[in-house]
Amino acid sequence: MDEPQIYARLVRVFEDVFDEDSIEVTPELSAKDVDGWDSLTHIRLLLTIEKGFNIKFSTSEIGKLENVGDLVALIKARA
Amino acid sequence: MVIQPMYALYSELQWLPRVPREFSGRLKGLGDSAGPVGRELQALALHALDLNQLTKLAKVIGKARADGKSLDPLVPFRLAVLSNSTIDLIVPALVASAARHGIALEVIQPSYDQVAQEALTPDSKVNSSKPDAVLLSLDYRALPLKLSLGDSEASSATVQGVIGYLQSLRDGIKANSNAVCIFQTFAPPVETLFGSLDRALPGTLRSLIDGINRELAEYVLGSGDVLLDVASLAEMVGVAGWHNTQLWNMAKLSFSDELIPLYADHVARTVAAIRGKSAKVLILDLDNTVWGGVIGDDGLEGIKVAQGDAQGEAHLAVQRLALDLRQRGIVLAVSSKNTDEVAREPFEKHPEMLLKLDHIAVFQANWNDKATNIQAIAEELSLGLDAMVFLDDNPAERGMVRKLLPQVAVPELPEEPAYYARTLAAGGYFEAVAFATEDLKRAGFYQDNAKRASLQKQVGGVDAYLASLDMTITFQPFDATGRARIVQLINKSNQYNLTTRRYTDPEVIEAESDPEVFTLQVRLADIFGDNGMISVIICRPGEAGVWEIDTWLMSCRVLGRKVEHMVLREILEHARAAGIHKLSGTYCPTGRNKLVVDHYAKLGFTKVEENVSGWTRWELLVEGAEPETASMKVVSQGFVAAKERSLS
Repeated sequence: MDEPQIYARLVRVFEDVFDEDSIEVTPELSAKDVDGWDSLTHIRLLLTIEKGFNIKFSTSEIGKLENVGDLVALIKARA
Repeated sequence: MVIQPMYALYSELQWLPRVPREFSGRLKGLGDSAGPVGRELQALALHALDLNQLTKLAKVIGKARADGKSLDPLVPFRLAVLSNSTIDLIVPALVASAARHGIALEVIQPSYDQVAQEALTPDSKVNSSKPDAVLLSLDYRALPLKLSLGDSEASSATVQGVIGYLQSLRDGIKANSNAVCIFQTFAPPVETLFGSLDRALPGTLRSLIDGINRELAEYVLGSGDVLLDVASLAEMVGVAGWHNTQLWNMAKLSFSDELIPLYADHVARTVAAIRGKSAKVLILDLDNTVWGGVIGDDGLEGIKVAQGDAQGEAHLAVQRLALDLRQRGIVLAVSSKNTDEVAREPFEKHPEMLLKLDHIAVFQANWNDKATNIQAIAEELSLGLDAMVFLDDNPAERGMVRKLLPQVAVPELPEEPAYYARTLAAGGYFEAVAFATEDLKRAGFYQDNAKRASLQKQVGGVDAYLASLDMTITFQPFDATGRARIVQLINKSNQYNLTTRRYTDPEVIEAESDPEVFTLQVRLADIFGDNGMISVIICRPGEAGVWEIDTWLMSCRVLGRKVEHMVLREILEHARAAGIHKLSGTYCPTGRNKLVVDHYAKLGFTKVEENVSGWTRWELLVEGAEPETASMKVVSQGFVAAKERSLS
């Protein structure tokens, strides 16, 4: 799966998790930019991505995530 | 990851219909609506929602409440949740799942891991909020469990210590807020120490948890509190799937996120049961639900309901579950599209049937739509529609009842009948928090009062429902592809069959290739899928300009869809093109086809002949005939143009 495809699917995941269709999903996007992106919503986001892309993240990978760019790199390596 | 189908029954709540595409749109619509939103909230909640969808629905409920909108007819309930784990992801799921069960749930959630403080302090957040119930959502990691391998004294002291701790929480809650306590049993961890010995040896984690669960269950039965059997939930899906250690380590979630919808539904059905909102009546379809096959077509010898027959055993399992439910006080009723005598025959004569007529409080076998029948059953029993559960293998019937009688619970069923009983049980429609000996008598009580209901009134909106089925009807002349099924239908159909003439394969080929004979094979598809070939017609030349309708049969699966009207339209069209001016049809009674005694009358034919055995002959002038039309797409294909046909 290439990056544009991953981003396209991530837009849908973000809509689903944050119940908000105006979030612009860019590599720089991180928790501080989005209302309601707290630690538990973060978990729900990761779980939804795992399910949607049929992959599993390790605890240490999750610990290193800084922004959407990191997330996409991780998905790209897996999916 | 491959999801095991039986795990998915539970993790994906497969007894509920799938989430419709318009879910988000309807949620938004709720935000704009001014009136009471309870019904629409419940309707939306009655789908197999995942965690994100539950969270969205809960948000809408919260907003409606904040805006001061009425949540009627949902019944308010305040639930405090005390937990040693993170429940923030679970709370919205609880609120949305409660709406599914008719409850407007408000959750009181104290700070993380403040179980004892909240229970024992009189003016704690939980106690001062005066909850209706307190859910002690604890898992084994909340308990002081010290291994005492092989030491039965020490291990029983540990078990008693835990029970004492739980009792003290309960006493604190009782004294300070008088709320009902909902205790959870504990899901055992996956890992063993010795292996199988863990179960037997005192003082292992497994045997300690076993002991606690057993003692807790006994305590609750005596104290009048309520038990939520989480250990059994974990067993149902498998403890390895239940416990997700990574999530526990990362976020202190005590079980897998995938199972939050399942857990939340179980909490919600427990709360609904406390409020007395559980169902009381199980309404059974017969053909392909209570037995395999169609009694009107397959006959007493043909239906599958015997031990030793795989399909028969699946349907027997449905009967056994129904009987067991009846034993605990659930009333049984029947709603079947059948002639009454035909439907009763297996109950009276089939030796392997577990269900007998005595067990059925109201028996509705007729040709009305099922929504009308279910309403009659409810009236007959003087119970609300929300007390009814309707079990039917046919998705179109289920869809129709859901649409016309949304208060009735209608479980989805898988294709495989072996899972019917399990799916019905998984839905938890008859959840109860207590059992009284009076319950044992209840089914009999209703039965004594029940008479046969009269079914004159039709539930409104049938036409609108039919239109929503998005039906496509396809007409073709007989051909080689359809031949096997045509022969099968000709030789099997008993009920919707005007003449019951049986033809062999060569005879069907003959009709197929004879240009003088007009044949039709009819297929019907709808939003639930393709019903396949559902009707067969053969018209033979009679006197000049007349077609004799030699064969007209239809599958009972598509009764009430106005298929016969559309078939007549198609016949008329071809008749006109072939220069035919009159159709002639006969009804030959067989004892099995009473259903179609008025078939031709309903289609506007005139009776021209009749004899003592009940045989009738009917005619319709092609010119001016204008049969009723139904809302469906018509595809007509494979016909040789009329001119060619008459020339050839």
